[in-house]
Amino acid sequence: MWLPAAVLIPAAGGVLGLFAQGKWRRRVGAAAASASLLTAWIVASSAWCQGPARYRMAGWGAPLGIDLRLDGLAAAFLLLTATVAAMTAVFAWSAERGPTETVPGNFWPLFQFLWAALNGLFLSGDLFNLYVQLELMTLSAIGLIGLSHQRAAIEGALNYLTAALLGSFAYLLGVGLTYSAHGVLDLGMLSHRISASGSSWLMLSLLSVGLLLKTAVFPLHFWLPEAHAKAISPVSALLSGLVVKASFYILMRLWLEVFFGSVSLQTGSLLGALGSAAILWGSVQAIRQRRLKPMIAYSTVSQLGYLFLALPAATAAGAGPGAWEWKAEAWNGAALFALSHGLAKASLFLSAGALISSVGSDEIARVHGLARNLRGFAVAFGVAGINLVGLPPSGGFLGKWLLLGALLRSGQWIWALPALAGTLMTAIYIFKVLERTFLSEEAIDPGAGETRPVPRGMEIAALVLAVISVLLGILPAELLEILRRDSPFGMGGAE
Amino acid sequence: MTLPSDPFWFYAVASALLFALSLRGFVLSPHAAARILSLNVMGSAIFLFFGAVSRRNWDRFPDPVPQAIVITGIVVAVSSTAVALALARRLASRRGGETG
Repeated sequence: MWLPAAVLIPAAGGVLGLFAQGKWRRRVGAAAASASLLTAWIVASSAWCQGPARYRMAGWGAPLGIDLRLDGLAAAFLLLTATVAAMTAVFAWSAERGPTETVPGNFWPLFQFLWAALNGLFLSGDLFNLYVQLELMTLSAIGLIGLSHQRAAIEGALNYLTAALLGSFAYLLGVGLTYSAHGVLDLGMLSHRISASGSSWLMLSLLSVGLLLKTAVFPLHFWLPEAHAKAISPVSALLSGLVVKASFYILMRLWLEVFFGSVSLQTGSLLGALGSAAILWGSVQAIRQRRLKPMIAYSTVSQLGYLFLALPAATAAGAGPGAWEWKAEAWNGAALFALSHGLAKASLFLSAGALISSVGSDEIARVHGLARNLRGFAVAFGVAGINLVGLPPSGGFLGKWLLLGALLRSGQWIWALPALAGTLMTAIYIFKVLERTFLSEEAIDPGAGETRPVPRGMEIAALVLAVISVLLGILPAELLEILRRDSPFGMGGAE
Repeated sequence: MTLPSDPFWFYAVASALLFALSLRGFVLSPHAAARILSLNVMGSAIFLFFGAVSRRNWDRFPDPVPQAIVITGIVVAVSSTAVALALARRLASRRGGETG
């Protein structure tokens, strides 16, 4: 399986898009998105049919060369990226040039480069290559945020760039220490050489601080609400749905695969505590928001905290098949939660974009009674909201179920408390919007302005993402099997 | 442990000092351009650390992997600095000439 295709095809599409002018930008962009979607499907399905794969770039092979590797987790995230990006492309294709949000022609090449960087990140098997992909992803995301030309968006982009660069420096220092101590950068080879020692902990903490800054975990989340809320809606969907997941993906790999020999329950609990603080703080801030997009952005801060609850479960003491069971469950739960959250959050942002295109603003007060006029927005927001809260039968429910099960079985029940509190608070801010949309008799200010019809593509995009996120909870069997098969806990023991 | 006369120590300590100085500059600067410059120097300090890391075979041949890492890092730093400066410039033009 020629894995570099997953990176080269989107990048080629981006380069072609740079040469297009005028209305051809949109068309070339849409064609490139279709090609990237097809490539991602082919590559990811090969993980299912042929099992894990390794590709040696230029034939060198580790440790001298850089390897790309495809396993269950990488395939799942490739598909997440493809789905969210494809639906965002549908949204951007059909977006009209409204008063508040336009999709400039420069969106398309940057979008393709972001997709290429994300694919490269998920497939990468080398510690420094991960840094390069992170930087490519960050710079594309910055360009996408800056498309909107509003001063608030530029400020958000500059703060994000500063935070991302600080994170990259920390990560690079960690890479330097790791190479200095072990002499290899390949993830597989490192996992055999890392043992519990003070220097391993220093390496991991440097790498982790960099990644925590990029994943916007409390208290390093300061850059996220502004950057995600002030960007145009398709860009917000890409950022909250995909970009923050990428650094968490690396964190998961590093903690549970590469450095697993050196982590302990204390260190896992530290990240669990940060995650809990993120859940509670993000939810409180989301409840306080008066506008939809900042609310969804704070919701991202909160939901990302859930992912870190997997770490106390996975690092709890225990060996033997019983312990591997709950560790595999923690791995699966974190992955499934990340996937369903990516889909649901992107759907929420696309719905907010549809709302803005229709009524011109995203004030929560304006959504009163809109279920009659903007049915697509209402249904998509509702279904995605259900996934976010974690009601059955959605993917969010299944992810939380697996995480809570792993926490309880490993004896780390205390981390279940912030998870449950967060679910309640998520319900508060989601249902606040849903109640006003569906149950209000009339608009709070009938003369405020009519609702313009929303282009069908926008509503369809949001709805498809929401439905897929629910399907993850109804038909997860193959996904869970492929995740478990290739996880470090899957075969009942360390490799 | 390496000998104190090992060049590794010189470069490692120098990079740590440089990083600390630039971090101080970053935290305390009021101007956006000065902050971007401090970030740049921080990056250079880390590249200097990679130079120290290449001591692995320093008595036989220079280690090419840290060199490759530094080259890639420089490319990334240049691109990031360019983007940051462009953003800061656009912000400054919107605020009527003030930066920071």
